[in-house]
Amino acid sequence: MTKEELISLHKTMLQVRHFEQEVAKAFLAGQIPGFLHSSVGQEAVAVGVCAALREDDYVVSTHRGHGHVLAKGADLNSMMAEIYGKATGCCRGKGGSMHIADFDRGIVGANGIVGGGIPIANGVALAAKRRKTGQVVACFFGDGASNQGTFHEALNLASIWDLPVVFVAENNMYGMGTSQRRHQKVENIADRAAAYKIPGVVVDGNDVLAVREATLEACNRARRGEGPTLLECKTYRHFGHFVGDPGAYREPGELEAWLERDPLVLFRRYLEEQGVPAAALDELEAAVIEEVRMAVEFAYRSDEPAEETALEDVYAPTEAGRRAIW
Amino acid sequence: MMREITCREAVREALREELRRDEDVFLIGEDIGFYGGTNKVTEGLWQEFGPERIMDTPISEAAIIGAALGAAAVGMRPVAEIMFIDFLGVCMDQVANQVAKLRYMTGGKVTLPLTIRTPGGAGRSAAAQHSQSLEAWLIHTPGLLVVMPSTPYDTKGLLKAAIREDNPVVFIENKMLYNTKGPVPEGEYVIPLGKADIKREGKDATVVATSRMVYFALEAAAKLAAEGIECEIVDPRTLVPLDKEAILESVAKTGRLVVVHEAPERGGFGAEVAAIVVNEAFDYLDAPIQRVCSKNTPMPFSPRLERFITPQVEDIIAAVRTVLA
Repeated sequence: MTKEELISLHKTMLQVRHFEQEVAKAFLAGQIPGFLHSSVGQEAVAVGVCAALREDDYVVSTHRGHGHVLAKGADLNSMMAEIYGKATGCCRGKGGSMHIADFDRGIVGANGIVGGGIPIANGVALAAKRRKTGQVVACFFGDGASNQGTFHEALNLASIWDLPVVFVAENNMYGMGTSQRRHQKVENIADRAAAYKIPGVVVDGNDVLAVREATLEACNRARRGEGPTLLECKTYRHFGHFVGDPGAYREPGELEAWLERDPLVLFRRYLEEQGVPAAALDELEAAVIEEVRMAVEFAYRSDEPAEETALEDVYAPTEAGRRAIW
Repeated sequence: MMREITCREAVREALREELRRDEDVFLIGEDIGFYGGTNKVTEGLWQEFGPERIMDTPISEAAIIGAALGAAAVGMRPVAEIMFIDFLGVCMDQVANQVAKLRYMTGGKVTLPLTIRTPGGAGRSAAAQHSQSLEAWLIHTPGLLVVMPSTPYDTKGLLKAAIREDNPVVFIENKMLYNTKGPVPEGEYVIPLGKADIKREGKDATVVATSRMVYFALEAAAKLAAEGIECEIVDPRTLVPLDKEAILESVAKTGRLVVVHEAPERGGFGAEVAAIVVNEAFDYLDAPIQRVCSKNTPMPFSPRLERFITPQVEDIIAAVRTVLA
């Protein structure tokens, strides 16, 4: 990778980090309705995976999906506005944090249902395979979702049909408040790949370059028509399950240990070792902070959606669709 | 004389014609290809279109609906089969939380030209998990269109419309009607979704009936006609969107309404029809509305019990007499 590409990776991780932090702040200040799942600490997974994708590749996201959507190139303003529930939001104020997606950027939905998106990824991949477009689907889900039936059904189907999917298990060690060792006996989710006779790969999810490298390999395999890969990225969320969850279920010292391995700290150190001046990185971060601040400003100032828009988008506006709202 | 074909053949013809017409159409389901479908509906299609377009899946209903949804989201036109409507239970998240909501949650950016075909209904002693009529689950879920035809003619025309529709459609067939014959013209026709059909005209009482119950209602009407009672049988054909106008017009004419469906009475489609008529045609009503539905129990196995639970022709006759009393 060129130095510019490396810096660009860092920039995207900074965007996710500061976006998440600003959103959490606004949420705790009561400016954001609903609830919020923060991906702070997991930035290297979203950014590393998406950096390996082509622009026309697809992403299937989760309830902890802000990072996936940003890393796939969504606009900060319309994302922030969506989380604020505004008319200018990328889902017109109907998705919110948990369902945030930008279909124009290839994000085929996020999901409030744990494991709900995994079978959908197969369909997108099936279309790509049928049309021989060479596109790949990166399907994100957590360690908790790997215990859902949908995970097993979908991996089996993708395996027998050699679908171009990279199943990205974002293992942040907790399914809500239940630690991984209490919710599954396998140490590695990737071990489950053996059941479907597909490659299972474990990667350090806090190392953005390692994630990118492993994803590239899985994508290449998929584009060659050799089928899916189960890619497990070991990572950690710095917040609780949702913003406001104190995370009392964590082991003492656990968070502190993971903070030492903060993906942004690690990558900044790497960049400095590669000769990127600290001042340049500070400048980059300041620019990102300003960009996110502008997005908050945009969201805050945007209009609430008009009430009658709640009746739109239930159906495509066909004759039957128009008549189905009564 | 127009040719007569069965509902099974009507479904198959609709599928074959749409598969030929549009390369983006494909079928996905359990044993629909090589095996020919558990109800033999898709027999022969695998031989004509091959495994790429008639896709046999493992027994994984959530994976079937998810795959259909994902493919539809990027512009394919899948027709998924759920072997029995009862199996919606193992994929209801995909149907109700994913298919029905993806467009809405993305602010209208995703269009889902997706059809889910599935047979429902009792009559074969298939008991509690292979006999249900679950349309109420579906009409209660905004984002879905719900079609429930009775005749071969309607089946073919509506299925073609469903496949061409840019919204998710659940197309509910009735397993007891697969062998039922009716006139179907040769060649192309499409019946728009959301238009009721008056299956028999009459001036004394309106009977709104769905799916197999249309035949029961017609039989009841024939018997009542011998006594000079003329029932008007309205077959909505599509439950969402519902042709309210056709129902209201008929009630305006007759002043009396019986709603018949095979699903349990409580919280059923009949309650919705009754509420619409009470709200919008109260002044026309000359008698309280009657519902003829299954009793509020699971479906029993014993033929005698099954018959007892489900609506019969004599129940419809009794209900018509009640509204005319």
